[in-house]
Amino acid sequence: MAPRPCAVLGIGQTKYKRRRDDVTLDGLVREATLRALEDAGATFDDIDAIVIGKAPDALEGVMMPLLSLCDALGAVGKPIHRVHTAGSVGASTAISAVNLVESGMYDTVLTVAYEKQSEGNATWALSGGKSGGQGAGGTFAPWIRNYIARSEAPEHIGWMVAVKDRLNALKNTYAHLHLPDISVEKVRESPMLWDPLHFLESCPSSDGAAAMVLGNDDIAKKSARPPAWVISHAKRTEFGQFPGRDTVRPQAGVECSEALYRKAGITNPREQIDCAELYVPFSWYEPMWLEGHLIAEEGEGWKMTDAGDTELGGSFPVNMSGGVLSSNPIGASGMIRCLEAANQVRGTAGEYQVPGAKISIGHAYGGAAQYYAMWMVSSELNPEL
Amino acid sequence: MMQLAEDVAIVAFSQTPSHAHFNDSEPAMIMPCVNSVVEQVGMDRHDIDFTIAGSCDYLSGMPFAFVMNIDAVGAWPPVYESHVEMDGAWALFEGFVRLQSGDIDTVLVSGSGKCSPGSYREGFSLQTDPYVHAPIGLDPRTQAGFQAQALIAAGRATERDFAEVVARSHANAKNNPYAQLSGDLSVDDLLAEPYVQQPLRRLDCPPTSDGAAAMVIARADRARELCDNPVWIRAIDHRIDSHHPTLRDLTDSPSARIAAERVGLHNGPVDIAELTVTYSPEEIVLRDALGLNGDTAVNPSGGPLTGSPFMAVGLTRVIELARAIRNGDGGRGVAHASSGPALQQNLLCVLEGDR
Repeated sequence: MAPRPCAVLGIGQTKYKRRRDDVTLDGLVREATLRALEDAGATFDDIDAIVIGKAPDALEGVMMPLLSLCDALGAVGKPIHRVHTAGSVGASTAISAVNLVESGMYDTVLTVAYEKQSEGNATWALSGGKSGGQGAGGTFAPWIRNYIARSEAPEHIGWMVAVKDRLNALKNTYAHLHLPDISVEKVRESPMLWDPLHFLESCPSSDGAAAMVLGNDDIAKKSARPPAWVISHAKRTEFGQFPGRDTVRPQAGVECSEALYRKAGITNPREQIDCAELYVPFSWYEPMWLEGHLIAEEGEGWKMTDAGDTELGGSFPVNMSGGVLSSNPIGASGMIRCLEAANQVRGTAGEYQVPGAKISIGHAYGGAAQYYAMWMVSSELNPEL
Repeated sequence: MMQLAEDVAIVAFSQTPSHAHFNDSEPAMIMPCVNSVVEQVGMDRHDIDFTIAGSCDYLSGMPFAFVMNIDAVGAWPPVYESHVEMDGAWALFEGFVRLQSGDIDTVLVSGSGKCSPGSYREGFSLQTDPYVHAPIGLDPRTQAGFQAQALIAAGRATERDFAEVVARSHANAKNNPYAQLSGDLSVDDLLAEPYVQQPLRRLDCPPTSDGAAAMVIARADRARELCDNPVWIRAIDHRIDSHHPTLRDLTDSPSARIAAERVGLHNGPVDIAELTVTYSPEEIVLRDALGLNGDTAVNPSGGPLTGSPFMAVGLTRVIELARAIRNGDGGRGVAHASSGPALQQNLLCVLEGDR
């Protein structure tokens, strides 16, 4: 049997902000869930199964939280399971939910990812629960320096990405950071956190939740709003450290995108894909992923950024919603990439819509840049490439 | 009853003994299981299409603990892989679902957990609602005590019934080389023991255990190539009940009842049931919810009361059942996994031998 076609039928997000102390964890996930159900024209009764995801339980101090959240998620009496694949988890969770629909066993599936980082200390948790750890920025900065050395990219590339994503975020009411007066000068003059990353080149720490309703082709055909067909998805994992590992362009990332493109029949991603939501928690990861996911040739990614190709209105827009640099509820960030890609091909991206977007990708990575999860969505089930 | 696109079978399985304390890392515990299952089917590790693991950071006392476990499954060159923060039985669920799409053939499933380094009761109290329950330390044993009291108050069970579950489990475990506890216990002696959580006594509760389990599952055609005696997964389903004890009838398990219906449990004989009976009263609740009678051998392996490596224990139930079916102890049976306090979440997996 071939996989059953699967589409995104509803999308829900909370406002992302530093501290959502107006809601409990239950309230947070329910807010996104109810919006996704409303968008899909569905109710809890229509949901056959639920898949949730988030980064480590230690971020909020709640062990296996699906147990305490199942009532708020309308899951009582239903299947619910929990995915955890480090920073890639939001996208992995969405892909697990797609698997449920593609299996033919479940017609309509709710998937939810969240993080309430204000409940804990993310840098502590991201350091493996050890105090004095280097956190994510400290892990990635040496690899970024290596990228700069290899590609001979000028130093302003990182600043440009930081500005572009924050300007995009001004068009997205859900985005955490709204910095209308952002500029290259401000980024350059902000404090250095992990050389070469300045404060304004780093993602914020956010509270928030994201949700999607997915359905099979029969359900999608009855949908009042346009579906986003999930035409391909891929995941790859590699060890985090070993001699000879390419940490700038990890092989798992390359193979993940190869698998993603192969399944969709994509032979020239730069031309055949209209836009992308890539997981860019630190500015330099935009050119690194353009190359690491085969959208640009090696050493050419930064030139796309420099030429303005990745801007809204450019030839290959990246992170139209403002990206992880503007909102980062860690466990949800990957799902937000996936649902924003879906927003583009549904034509529901509002002020940050790429006109006529037909094919888009959502991407997330995690761990020591060792976990990859990507999906490709289209306005059509069998798009002409 | 669910309709399946693909027939799927267990083609290889392996488990560690239930250790009171495994004196090495979690990957070191998983690796022999993984090596064993790929060897059983004569595969190279990298011929596996998809890998999925179940484990819990909180048991390891460290965020991202599961990342270390990929050492055990091998991730170079890169692999197509995922992880659930749940018992390995839910990794099996996702692996089974993944095979239904028909575009891949084999899945490596594992589950692992080390309870011995930490305090199980303290750790697992963090499973409860963080606003109301966790602050008062409402741990799983306390909730198991509520469940036991509710059964007694409803006239559904006595302390002697609980002791009989314990005595039978320990006696059954005498034949299980993987069991941590086993032996002949007299019900009267058990009832003479002091309470640890009234009305529960020490052996009504599980031992502290470390362990791991792994299996390879495959689509039908590939399963027949890989082994002579596949054990077929006829159905798998899981359901959850409300989290809040006051919203639940603790003498019943509605989620297990729904799952039993979904997997078509009684569409054939149920020769064996391997149940995740973490506390002895749970067997009484589950027997009723699953509609099991005297025709079914319950926990011939001894069950979790004789060895309970959390995060592997549910997947181990599936393995114990598969082994029993391969040994000809029965033709068809059900394995059960549970998560959450007082059987909040329940998974059922129906297995059948090759006919």
